[in-house]
Formats: sequence, C-alpha cells, structure tokens
Amino acid sequence: MKTTLAALKKGQKATITDFNIDAIPLKLLEMGCLPGNVVELLQIAPLGDPLYINVNDSHVAIRRETALEIDVELLDVASL
Amino acid sequence: MAGSLKIALIGNPNTGKTSVFNHLTGLNQQVGNYPGITVERKTGSCKLPGIVKGNIIDLPGTYSLNASSMDENVVIELLLNKTDKDYPDVAVVVTDVENLKRNLLLFTQIKDLEIPTILAINMADRMDKKGISLDIPYLESRLNTKIALISSRKGTGIADLKELIVNYKSLSTEPCLHASSIDPDYFNKLRKAFPNELLYKLWLLISQDANFGLSHKTELMGTSFTKTRADLKRLQQKETIKRYQFINDVLKVGQVIDTSKAKDLRARLDRVLTHKIFGYVIFLGILMLIFQSIFSWSELPMGLIEEGTAWLSNFVLGNMAPGKLSDLLANGVIAGIGGVVIFIPQIAFLFLFISLLEESGYMSRVVFLMDRLMKPFGLSGKSVVPLISGTACAIPAIMAARNIENWRERLITILVTPFTTCSARLPVYIILISLIIPETKLAGIFSLQGLTLMALYLLGFLGAILSAWILNKILDAKHKSFFVAEMPNYKLPLLKNVGLNVLEKTKAFVYGAGKIILALSIIIWFLGSHGPGDNFSNAEEIVKGQQRPLNPEELDDAVAAYQLEHSYIGIMGKTIEPVIRPLGYDWKIGVAIVSSFAAREVFVGTLATIYNIGSTDNEVTIRERMDSEIDPITGKKVFNFATGISLLLFYAFAMQCISTLAITKKETNSWKWPLIQLFGMSAFAYVVSLIAYQLLK
Repeated sequence: MKTTLAALKKGQKATITDFNIDAIPLKLLEMGCLPGNVVELLQIAPLGDPLYINVNDSHVAIRRETALEIDVELLDVASL
Repeated sequence: MAGSLKIALIGNPNTGKTSVFNHLTGLNQQVGNYPGITVERKTGSCKLPGIVKGNIIDLPGTYSLNASSMDENVVIELLLNKTDKDYPDVAVVVTDVENLKRNLLLFTQIKDLEIPTILAINMADRMDKKGISLDIPYLESRLNTKIALISSRKGTGIADLKELIVNYKSLSTEPCLHASSIDPDYFNKLRKAFPNELLYKLWLLISQDANFGLSHKTELMGTSFTKTRADLKRLQQKETIKRYQFINDVLKVGQVIDTSKAKDLRARLDRVLTHKIFGYVIFLGILMLIFQSIFSWSELPMGLIEEGTAWLSNFVLGNMAPGKLSDLLANGVIAGIGGVVIFIPQIAFLFLFISLLEESGYMSRVVFLMDRLMKPFGLSGKSVVPLISGTACAIPAIMAARNIENWRERLITILVTPFTTCSARLPVYIILISLIIPETKLAGIFSLQGLTLMALYLLGFLGAILSAWILNKILDAKHKSFFVAEMPNYKLPLLKNVGLNVLEKTKAFVYGAGKIILALSIIIWFLGSHGPGDNFSNAEEIVKGQQRPLNPEELDDAVAAYQLEHSYIGIMGKTIEPVIRPLGYDWKIGVAIVSSFAAREVFVGTLATIYNIGSTDNEVTIRERMDSEIDPITGKKVFNFATGISLLLFYAFAMQCISTLAITKKETNSWKWPLIQLFGMSAFAYVVSLIAYQLLK
C-alpha cells in the first residue's frame, strides 16, 4: 500500500520509495533516509508532531511536514 | 622519532568522541575559540609510546563533511586547508559500534581526502549485550584502514589506539570508494581543469554553501563548474546513496548482528519518557528538582563567597594606606571579581544538571516532547535547552543555541533568551520583594513572597515566548524550517565527562563574562568616586557647613552621600531623572539602573552606597534603610508598592547586560541583533513599568 511516512501508525514499518528532495534536509539523507531503506515509526509526540522514526538504524525525530514529503510502501506484516 | 604528532579526532555526535579525547589527554586540555567565531576549539596533549608527544584536537561533532552549521564548518575548513597549523598528520574517526553503518558515512568521506585515517570503534563493551560481532581483518582491508576496538566507558583499547597513532605512516591513504562515479563527465572535466587538486576536495568546495567563506571558493566561482542548489543536492543525494551502498556491502560480510540477543531498553524507556502524560509530568518534575537544588545547594557557597569578598575588601582597606589605590582595589577590583565569582555555584550546578541530562540522552526526548509547543512561536524543540540554561546566565545559554540547525529558529532563540530570569536578577528581586510584599502565607503553606518570585520567573518565560511570537511574525520566513533531531541511546552519564564539562563551561563563563563585569565595575567605581568641580572635591566642608553637627561616623556617611550625588554617576542619574520619574524612580534609583548595565545585581550594592550605609554591607541594613527612604517631592516612601512593582517589571524585561550583548554580537556576527535586543527589550520594559506605576500609584 502506498502512502506517506506521516500516515504510518505507531509501530508500523514501510519501505521508502521516493521523496521530494527539495523539502528534505540533507542531514536526513545522510542519516540514511534514502529510497529502498526500511523505516519504522517508533513514537508520535504527544501533540501529534514530531515523529520519532528508525531508519537505517538511525533514531531520529522529524516534523510531520517533512514526513509528508516522504513516500513509502507499507510492509506487509505477515511477510516479515 | 622525536617531535610532536598532530592528531584530529573526528566523529558523529553521540559516539563518545569527547570521552575518547578525555581518556587520551586527561586534564591536559585547553579550550579556546576558533578565531573570529565562538565555536569551541578543544585541544590537548597526550603521551604516546616511544618519545612522541601527541597534540590532539577534538573537532566538533559532525554527521558528514557537508556543513550545515558553524560547528561543522570548522571541521571542513581544517581538513581542506593543508597549511592550517592544526592540519592533522593523522585523523582518528570515532564511531559507535551500534551505529556503525551511519558513522561510516563520515569515515568514507574523510578517506576521500587522503589523510592517514584510523577507525576507532567505540563502545565495544556493548557488543556482547547487543549481539554484535565484527570481522576486523575484513573490515580493515575493505576500508583501507586500521581499526582500534575501544571502550571509553571501560577504558579499554586506548593503548591499541595510541599504538596505531604512532605508526600512522603505515596507514593507507587510498580512498575506499570513488565518489566521482556519480557523474563521471562532470568530474572528469573538473579533474582536467584542476589537475593538481584533490577531486573530492574540489567537490566539497563547490557543494558547500557560499557563505562559509572557504578559501579557493572564488576561483571556482564563475567557472562552468558551478551548479544550481537543486542540482547540487541531487548530486549529494547520489553521493550519499553511493556511499551507503558501499558501506552496506562491507558490513554485510564484516558485521553480524544477532538481534535475538538485543534487549531493548531504549524502547521501554521511550514509552515512559515520551508518554503523552507521564512525559510532561516527568519533565516538569525534573525541572522543579533542578531549580530547587540550584537555589538551595548554592546558598551556602554563595554566602561564603559573599563574606569572603567583604572580608578581603575590608582587609585591603584596613591594611593599605588610605587613598585612591586602596579604594580602587577594595571597591573596584575586589568588588568586581566578587560579582563574578558569586555566580559560580549556581552556574556550576546548572551545568551539572544540563550535562547529566545531555549525557544520559534524556535531553533529546525533551526536544522531541517540546517541539510542537515551541513551533508556533518560531522556535524549535531545541530552543528548550537555551531557555532552561538562561535561568543561570544568558551567556552560556545563547551559546547553547548553536545546535539549532535552522538559522531563523536559532536567531529567535538567541534574541529571546535574555528574557529568562537569570541568576543576576535574583538579588534584585529578593530585596525588592522583601520590601513590598508582606511576609504572609496563603492557605497556611505558600509564602506570598515565594509566589511573587515564582510569578517573576513565569513572567520572564512569557516575555521570551511572546517576543518570539512577535519576531516570528516580523522576520521573513522564506527559509523552510528543517528539524532533524537524533535520538541517541540512553546511557549512564560518565562522571569524568560531566565533571570536565562543568569545569570547562564554568571557566568559560568566568573568563568571558568576568572580564566585562570586572571592567565595568572599575569604570563605575571611577564614575562614582570622581566628579567635576568644587561640589565633589570640597564635599566635607560643604556638608559640615550646611548640616547640624554630626558625630564622625555620620559625617563620613553624609560626605560619601554628598560626593556620590555630585560624582559623574550621580550627575548621570540626575540627568535621566526626568525620563524615569514617570516610572516612579528618583535619581538614586537612576544611578542604580545605570550601574546595573555592568551586571544587574550591582543594583543592590549601588543603593547601599547611595544610601550611605557605607561600611555595613548587610542585607537587612540595606533593606531597612531603603524602607525608610522618603521621597522629598511626594512625601511618601520611595520604595512603595507601585515603585517596587514597577522596578521588578523593569528588571524582568530590560536588557541590562553588556556581556549578553557582546555574546549576541559574536553569535550573530552583526551589531544589528544586539541593538534590537537592547532597544526592544528596554523600550518594552519602560512601557510595562510605566503602565504598572501609573495604575498602581
């Protein structure tokens, strides 16, 4: 199922398919937030923003507005 | 081989790089600044096997060689400039065994610069627990390097690292991958145009933001090699992907992780510490604990320092021939130094807590919890750290704003941080509150005076938030706000790291702010002890002539008061009296406000001098004297409720700290922002105090 990183629920994993490069800070790419990598949504801050993710073994917090620019393909839990 | 070896420690943040530095150098460290900027420059020396001395420079933590902050830029500037006096003979890249994949990105970039590079894999003691095993010989051959497995926590592997450093000449300088394959045409042309330069170095020069002022940059500008920002970013993305492909390839064979062994403490702690209710409750609890302990623990040492300073002053006055010199020493220099030293306990305790919170990894969770609350005000979750630190002193707090990557959010944070109630306001608050607020208790427990003090802290915070909101509306928002905060693993703080950090930050405060406070204390002493014309020099005759007979002590005090009135500073106070009269202040308070520009707490001491208490430097006496002061014009108490509230508000909001202005100038690299702070905050303070006084009088 295609969606954006911002739409994931807590604990869900997805593969990054594409993103709007102009809206993503380079630092995030360097942390491993790149197409093909698996991203897991670990926590959502109490007010719904920011999001705490694990991508490429990097644990980072990003804002929802950034997450909206990252397209992901939800991993089927059954196939894991 | 004799002589000394230059070693650079490089690494991502949160890899324990500083602990490695502390292990290598012990207490042989110097902390300074890079010329012209306030980025800390940490160096130290270390004894290496043989007779070699190592000079180690601990470079600021960076995720890659693409600089996005001043700190990171320092790393690039040094590594690109072979003529820099710190240019390393050997680079040690410190990595965290649990984050090897990401940490190796920076390593591969350093390798491209063809500097002899050692890979130090830190936190090796956690490998068993995390089920990680490494094939060191394989990694060494693929990465063209030598590896030291170390644990800065347990202190193991440091000897191996030293051994590798000494034998740095045997290290390969061959890059581990060829980044130029991301755009072969472009890089071939670049190579032909600059055959004598390192290709990766050229690429870094081209791809960095122009305002970082790198050498050579101008040579490359205007050539056909410049690219648009968007194109550059696409290439940087390709480069990053390429590097990760290589790293993944290497680690697939060189690293095995048995995930079944990994017990995840992080997830469990995160669930509690970032919980939507407990998260905030715990944070508030920790904050209250910090404030409570800062104030109650510092009480004793601060009292001792105060007594010590007074004793020293009296000692000088008693044992030196009376005259200008002893007066300068006792009332200018010693009082000035005392005014700096008095803050050491509070600042040290505050840094102790901040450093514990940062070392343990908790501070990142606070950033995560607070970001959404701060964002509407143009601030970032990372602004919380400066705003908390501001309760000790705005100077280190403004410096702590550096890790905010977005310039606009950082600027707003810097501009509003001085509103936070710093420890210099405290003595002023305490004496004014005791004058105008009765010592009653509400509901039997809450002291009204205590509640007033708390309200003032809250007011400072509201001032900061409100002005951030206004600045957010005014400042143009063409930059998109980026927010990326690493959430490091939880760690038990290392005592040595925390101790050294507290020592270093406190020293920086004493030397940095201390110089200015001391200089101003001397200037104010001069202005207060000199004056133009007969009124000042013949004060004794004039006082004797116009007043009823006085006993010698009363006469001395009366002369001192008369002299002060006709000294330069007294004249300044009288000059501004028409301006401050509507706020309820007389010229004496004016003098105290003028001298407060050195440091706010000078207010109390200045009033003591003005109300000719002279020798008895005792808070109760000052308070009684202030309480009995009658305004000759209105016939009412000078420190009545309306004036008191007006003064409290003035001290809460006015920008009265030259050291803070100096640090803002340094951090923003422009006079514009400190001037905005000075006039904006002071005008706001004036208006608020005016309204308060006019309503209450």
